[in-house]
Amino acid sequence: MAEKDSKKTVSRQKMPEQKPEIRRRNFEEVPTGYTVQMAMEEASRCLQCKKPGCVEGCPVSVDIPGFISLILKGDMTGAIRNLWTKNALPAVCGRVCPQEVQCEGNCIVGKKGEPVAIGNLERFAADYERQNGTGVLPPREAPTGKKIAVVGSGPSGLTVAGDLIRKGHEVTVLEAFHKPGGVLVYGIPEFRLPKEIVFSEVAFLEKQGVKLECNAVVGRTVSLDELFEEGYEAIYLGVGAGLPKFLNVPGENLIGILSANEYLTRTNLMKAYRYPEYDTPIPKAKDVVVLGAGNVAMDSARTAMRLGADRVRVVYRRSREEMPARKAEIHHAEEEGIEFHLLTNPTRFMGNDAGRLTGMECLKMELGEPDASGRRRPIAIKGSEFIMDCDLAIVAVGAGANPLLTQSTEGLSLNKWGYIVTDPESGKTSKKGVWAGGDIVTGSATVILAMGAGRKAANSIHDYLTWGW
Amino acid sequence: MFKIVNRKEMAGGTIVMNEIEAPLIAKKAKPGQFVILKAAETGERIPLTMADTNPDKGTITIIYMVVGKSTALFKTLNIGDSYQDIIGPLGKPTHLEKMGKVVCVGGGTGTAVLYPITRGLKNIGNYVIGIVGARSKDILILEDEMKAITDELHICTDDGSYGHHGFVTEVLKTVLQAGDIKQVVAIGPVPMMKFVSKITKEFNVPTMVSLNPIMVDGTGMCGGCRVSVGGETKFACVDGPEFDGHLVDYDELTRRLQAYCEDEKKCYNDFCTLQQA
Repeated sequence: MAEKDSKKTVSRQKMPEQKPEIRRRNFEEVPTGYTVQMAMEEASRCLQCKKPGCVEGCPVSVDIPGFISLILKGDMTGAIRNLWTKNALPAVCGRVCPQEVQCEGNCIVGKKGEPVAIGNLERFAADYERQNGTGVLPPREAPTGKKIAVVGSGPSGLTVAGDLIRKGHEVTVLEAFHKPGGVLVYGIPEFRLPKEIVFSEVAFLEKQGVKLECNAVVGRTVSLDELFEEGYEAIYLGVGAGLPKFLNVPGENLIGILSANEYLTRTNLMKAYRYPEYDTPIPKAKDVVVLGAGNVAMDSARTAMRLGADRVRVVYRRSREEMPARKAEIHHAEEEGIEFHLLTNPTRFMGNDAGRLTGMECLKMELGEPDASGRRRPIAIKGSEFIMDCDLAIVAVGAGANPLLTQSTEGLSLNKWGYIVTDPESGKTSKKGVWAGGDIVTGSATVILAMGAGRKAANSIHDYLTWGW
Repeated sequence: MFKIVNRKEMAGGTIVMNEIEAPLIAKKAKPGQFVILKAAETGERIPLTMADTNPDKGTITIIYMVVGKSTALFKTLNIGDSYQDIIGPLGKPTHLEKMGKVVCVGGGTGTAVLYPITRGLKNIGNYVIGIVGARSKDILILEDEMKAITDELHICTDDGSYGHHGFVTEVLKTVLQAGDIKQVVAIGPVPMMKFVSKITKEFNVPTMVSLNPIMVDGTGMCGGCRVSVGGETKFACVDGPEFDGHLVDYDELTRRLQAYCEDEKKCYNDFCTLQQA
């Protein structure tokens, strides 16, 4: 009894973070991670439920009470091995998953107080292994001799690779960029997910036997049918969404208007924040506007602040309630001095004679009846036009389906938006031996949902290789 | 790694040819397509349209002019050295069709891009008239190569040091006046493509141009390469790089190419100073 009482008295361990006024000008990671003692204290808060709601809330069904109880015992190796059985990328998920609506959202402790910090503990276990671990690999089943090609090395592709390599298959991951990791590397900034961690997770998969080929644009360098001819028996497509959306308002091709994809790819993948040590330049702007209010918009805004902007404004046509970004990201952005201009919609961009952006005309909006998305529709207020001066606009209003692979592949059914149609349970496409998952199926979503899709597809691929289509 | 197996300096060292081992790309590439090259870990991704491919040998050829730090860095690579990364083939291939009489106009290093397209048009059975321009005789490239695959070849130099004294557009006008030209392909500096398109429009001759805007990924992901074509925004990497010359907004393209010019100038100067030191 005494032990149970003590659980209630421990409050959630606060994640140590860099102070906002410091971190807003550097690219180092914002949270610095739990110490062993903090992790064990936090682990003691878990009630070890018989029917854990947290596991139900996890798209890849991590054995949450299991790994937490191992941390509590101080068995960090046991904890990471437990995590690996369900999750190929725990260091990533511990950092970027929306735990508040998944595991932690279902945590019983959270009903009355603050939920167990599952994400922070997952991150701790993975970081501990990377820094102090034994390096012992997870067990691998006997070789099957079956070859699988995974197209795209983002979160869903890496999950498929990790799952199938452990089942004894031969896995080759094909990546179009010169570095693996997909959105984890080009999209999510260094201060949220250090690239070294992604590369270390990929290196860990390679140690287990996964082969990695970069600079391979499937659909151009090699086709799916050629991969089958080369002896691959199954192909997983996790190529991401990719094609950036713009606002389609006048002046959008002025210099100084970039898609969030371009702004973040330059900064993250190409390391433009270390220009001129790295050769890729990035616009150095003083007065930045970011259009959109999702996680990518927050990443863009916080990146602009770190690159030296005097002022960064997030401009969104709906209200705070409808902002799609995680609360934690919005909070971090606000702490760093990012301003939010809500119920504001850009109508055109203005430039100077050299074609450089100087300002943006906006309309004030008000909320009307709910629209198809269930959110209240923003309606323009007549005559409310006003001008916001700016020298950089980052467009973060989502992405569409990238047609590069799908257009050059016969027999692949697409929906009207160009996304690949799959069986939701298995990830099977209309083309035999081909699976797909992640953003190229669902449109832009989260890292963990892409990983969940990868998990389902990996199971289905394993069944196929064992019993047939 | 992508090893350089052959290298030649042209035009007094301002233009460099590299033949590079890239067997997968060489097997797939068609005229008009491009690759993205990155020389080293800290390098930039630079898009260049291929000047030639050799599928049997497994090589591709690029020809570039040294204009900034990245191309200056490329120039430091010798035979036996490697590019760290090359991806491709990217972009849509040129639509090659037997039409009759066609004119291929090249300016500067654009002639390198024009070369495989010209050969393709010739091989398919067209009567090909080539017009190649350069500022001066000493920076003229691929004259013999172009001569071998064209039925007529006209050379122009801005300074009159060789061939016609003046711009390619002047020779083009004469050729168009003679009549019966089914198509013009123009590849070179933006002003050249702009003025070629202006003239061919007067004669109502379909014109294809190949654009080389600023790009990062080259696979449709960044949108940095967007160009206005007939009032619509297109991505040169996946919708191009070739477009209807009569519809391209060249002034916008010219401006967008200047996006990083200050950074580029400084970066290049620093690199040159470092090299000389």
